Amino acid sequence: MIYYDKVSKTYADNSEALSDISFTIEAKEFVSIVGHSGAGKTTLLKMLLAEEKPTSGSVFFESVNIHKLKRNKMNRFRRRIGTIFQDFRLLPNKTAYENIAFAMEAAGRTDEEIRADVPHVLELVDLGKKLWNFPHELSGGEKQRVAIARAIVNQPDLIIADEPTGNLDPINTHEIIRILKKINDLGTTIILTTHNRGVIDALGGRVITMEGGRIVRDDKKGKYVL
Amino acid sequence: MIWVGIKRVIKSGFINFWRNGFVSFSSIMVVTMTLFVFTSLIFLSILTNSYLGQIKDKVDINVYFATTASEPDILALKKTIESLEQVSHVEYISRDQALKDFKIKHQDDESTLQGLDELDGNPLQAVLNIKAKEPSQYSSIAKFLESKNTLSKNDSTLVENINFHKNKQIIDRLSKILDSATKLGIALIIFFVLVSVIITFNTIRIIIFTSRDEISVMKLVGASNRYIRWPFVVSGLMYGIISALITLIAFYPILYYVNKVIANFSPGLNLVDYYATNFGQIFLIITGSGIFLGAVSSYLAVRRYLRI
Repeated sequence: MIYYDKVSKTYADNSEALSDISFTIEAKEFVSIVGHSGAGKTTLLKMLLAEEKPTSGSVFFESVNIHKLKRNKMNRFRRRIGTIFQDFRLLPNKTAYENIAFAMEAAGRTDEEIRADVPHVLELVDLGKKLWNFPHELSGGEKQRVAIARAIVNQPDLIIADEPTGNLDPINTHEIIRILKKINDLGTTIILTTHNRGVIDALGGRVITMEGGRIVRDDKKGKYVL
Repeated sequence: MIWVGIKRVIKSGFINFWRNGFVSFSSIMVVTMTLFVFTSLIFLSILTNSYLGQIKDKVDINVYFATTASEPDILALKKTIESLEQVSHVEYISRDQALKDFKIKHQDDESTLQGLDELDGNPLQAVLNIKAKEPSQYSSIAKFLESKNTLSKNDSTLVENINFHKNKQIIDRLSKILDSATKLGIALIIFFVLVSVIITFNTIRIIIFTSRDEISVMKLVGASNRYIRWPFVVSGLMYGIISALITLIAFYPILYYVNKVIANFSPGLNLVDYYATNFGQIFLIITGSGIFLGAVSSYLAVRRYLRI
């Protein structure tokens, strides 16, 4: 489904974020990427969202080179990916309901679909009672659950979660991972980056370990080894 | 689908406008300032034009006729002068009329009137007051009058005196002043309009700069550029419309006050009346400028952050 082909990224100041990365992710996999800060995890994910361009090499999504997409196709492509971030990235002036509705509107869904799906998906992440709260009225765990609801509402093929538990306490961390696992069980591919040993050991899935912009391990049933 | 899109864009433009209260407030302040400058310039130019017009109106050439000149001769000359293309208007004051005017002017001055009675007949001269279309044309009119031999008839002089050369210097200087005043006015208007437009554009750009994270989130969710940009433009439009309304309303009392101040040295001009009669036009200019400023600057400002 996703294929990184000899991807390297060098920034303007000659610092090398990624060097010669190649790997494949199959559909319905749950892949964790671990590594110290600055190991290149986030850069790797930004490539997939076309937020960054590789200096050399290419990234394929279902045999389409992402970085050669035209702008209007890029929007369509991004709607197939749900994103979750450490800092939540909710729209601050929109309620939980509107944040999710916005993603659906952007995808061109009808008002009826929006009215039906948004409460449903918020119910899924246990936020059925916080529909009309603004992000600043929600706790960290609740914000992240809104972000997850937004990521899954358009039924994406892939969810990218960049350190989604980085700002959360252990109980909320556990809850978020449980939800992600459930989404994966329903058939959505998930790429997760994390620092959290407990998360990796609990998942017991494929683990890619990065160091200094290179992949140093890729284990089918991985543990947190650093 | 297009209608749904338009409906959503307008709705979210309104919601953003309302929820970002402080941002909307500051934008409206800036746009209102600019529109105030525009409106002030409009009225300032009306004021100066009316003053310049009044001054221009005071300049003329007076041709004084000998008391022996007959009325048909004078009227014939008047006709010739009127046919000149530089001349806008010729006024004839007959000797009788001049006497009447003189008596009215000096009605409280017993000794002068008594002196006048002691004279045989009417000592006053008939006059032609000539107005040119442009102040710079007076010298050519004067030249024409002097070269023309119609000014004398059958060797007896018809015209006794043309008071142009006395006034020549003043007229020349005045026409130069009028000329440079107009040029300076246009330059100032361009300058102020430019400065205020640039300030508005930059302020709105800075305001939208605070939304750049939001814009990048919208892009990541897969929103099209159009769908991100147009709510900002709708908010910008609202800034423009509200600012225009504030300006248009505020100028009523302002003009009322200004009118009182200028009434002393400009009796003929009523700015409030002018505002009322030309309201449609001013409304269009100000509202149009407001909409243009708000919408276009929002459009351009968002464009910067759409390139992800």
